[in-house]
Amino acid sequence: MSIQMEHVSKRFGDFVALDDVNLTIEPGELVALLGPSGSGKTTLLRVIAGLESADQGRIYFDDQDATEKHVQERAVGFVFQHYALFQHMTVFENVAFGLRVKPRRSRPTQSQIAAKVHQLLDLVQLDWLGERYPHQLSGGQRQRIALARALAIEPRVLLLDEPFGALDAKVRHDLRRWLRRLHDEIHLTSVFVTHDQEEALEVADRIVVFNQGRIEQVGIPDEVYDHPATPFVYGFLGHANRFEGRIRGGTSEIGGSRLATPEHAAVSDAPGIAYVRPHDLDVVATADQAAVSARFEHAIKLGPTVRLEFTRVDNGAAVEAELTRERFAELNLVLGQTVHLAPRRGKVFAEMLR
Amino acid sequence: MTAVLPVPAAHHASLPSVDQATSYRKRRRNWAPFFLTCTALVYLTVILLVPLAAVFVEALRRGVEFFFHSVAQPEALAAIRLTLLAAVIAVPLNLGFGIAAAWAIAKFDFRGKAVLITLIDLPFSVSPVIAGLVYVLVFGLQGWLGPWLSAHDIKIIFAVPGIVLATVFVTFPFVARELIPLMQAQGRQEEEAAVVLGARGWQIFWRVTLPNVKWGLLYGVVLCNARAMGEFGAVSVVSGHIRGLTNTLPLHVEILYNEYNSAAAFACASLLALLALVTLAIKTVLEHGYLKEHS
Repeated sequence: MSIQMEHVSKRFGDFVALDDVNLTIEPGELVALLGPSGSGKTTLLRVIAGLESADQGRIYFDDQDATEKHVQERAVGFVFQHYALFQHMTVFENVAFGLRVKPRRSRPTQSQIAAKVHQLLDLVQLDWLGERYPHQLSGGQRQRIALARALAIEPRVLLLDEPFGALDAKVRHDLRRWLRRLHDEIHLTSVFVTHDQEEALEVADRIVVFNQGRIEQVGIPDEVYDHPATPFVYGFLGHANRFEGRIRGGTSEIGGSRLATPEHAAVSDAPGIAYVRPHDLDVVATADQAAVSARFEHAIKLGPTVRLEFTRVDNGAAVEAELTRERFAELNLVLGQTVHLAPRRGKVFAEMLR
Repeated sequence: MTAVLPVPAAHHASLPSVDQATSYRKRRRNWAPFFLTCTALVYLTVILLVPLAAVFVEALRRGVEFFFHSVAQPEALAAIRLTLLAAVIAVPLNLGFGIAAAWAIAKFDFRGKAVLITLIDLPFSVSPVIAGLVYVLVFGLQGWLGPWLSAHDIKIIFAVPGIVLATVFVTFPFVARELIPLMQAQGRQEEEAAVVLGARGWQIFWRVTLPNVKWGLLYGVVLCNARAMGEFGAVSVVSGHIRGLTNTLPLHVEILYNEYNSAAAFACASLLALLALVTLAIKTVLEHGYLKEHS
């Protein structure tokens, strides 16, 4: 099923949670709503589910207007951040709940319910836990039971609110791969909310980046990561260093280094802000008056790479660079040594006149 | 890293030997827990245990036979009946009200919520005597509704309905007060999960909300019942102390005592004390059940 949102706005008192959001989610897609906390992503998910109503705008499920539909009629699967399993029911009863509360004429028989529940528990690979209570399960198991429970009503769309937020790093990693595989298996239109860019990049077909109730960018992971549309997206997806420079025709000058920026060919001379990823920054030990001078402060070895921290000589701002271990050994840097930094690649935004 | 290491190393070197450590601990023995425990025990004994024991000792002073004789007096039996009647009416009423109020307050947002919470606490903050007086002022013969009531031959004050009303008033907050924090702590997530799964209002209430608070609910009912049977002040004002008709058990105890019939007074009082002990026992069982389910 496709989901279409048109001019959706929502306020909580003075706080604008959603500001004129337009978004279409294609059938069978797995979409990540990515943004910092308070950016409106969870609110949008709850508006889609019908747990929250939009102040303005409309929501369509497959071209059918669902704006006024009650939660119970929307047939959405919703997985809550803290699972929200029914504490006093066994795992089996939790998964069966959605079937047991159906109106009598559409309610399946006991044996149909049992078969369905076992099938779902099989799907999430936890059939052996049926008689346990939620408090006897680990976080990862609870999350999968919550998913099985949501799928029991055969929803037309699956909504997940920070599905891995409350889990530790290892479980989180396994579970998100598992979710991706599961999605490839069942092809249910799915939307999940996350503040973890790595999670969004790894799991989603498309990423929607939120900031202050607005959509900053929509795109496939590579596109969003490699070609951020706004400075915010650049800063939010991965680390980025910010340099001030000037745009002159098709090139931008950043502290003496030049970057080709054909997208700004029409700009003859204007200030610009360049965003450069730590791994797109060259560290040069030799003197080069034109490049950005910085003092070497600190090095952290992270597996195959080394993260270096510098302080700029001219304005004291912190700069981060990432090098391979070999390159770091080659440079043979000493703490406090002054080096020069040259961006290899980066994105320059022309500074808006305010 | 190496700069940090010497500190624990030096510390380790200066650690006292095992013998020294033991004597050190002995010298510095912490008296606070001992002192506090003793204080609590002495206080409990003087304030609670001695009076409780005194009730039973006094009740049985003139023998078991006299005890049963006092309790089986027609006036005593009438008082017991009236006390039970008031509780049987007040507890279910406040149970229904308490659940409704707690559900509304904990799971929904609406205007006037703060006012409702304050009103629920009113019986706790107002002296029961005043509560009784208010009912007299409203329903009494000289009260606001007095003329209308007497014209229609309805008796509330100095009659059973007044006693029930006063009992309902003073026991009004127990169930709600027990449930509100519990429901608030549980939040709305499970209800939201249920509604997304297609459950309707009553289904959510019976299948999700109520089972989650059942222990707290029973606990509230037990406390509410204990208070309903033991209430003195408010009931005393509206009762009129008509023997065999409008005396509850606590009022009956007072009358007997004032007539210097202290053995009979204590015999009846021991019934109330027994009720307290049974209440405590049920409460302990309930807490045990709650802990077992949540461990």
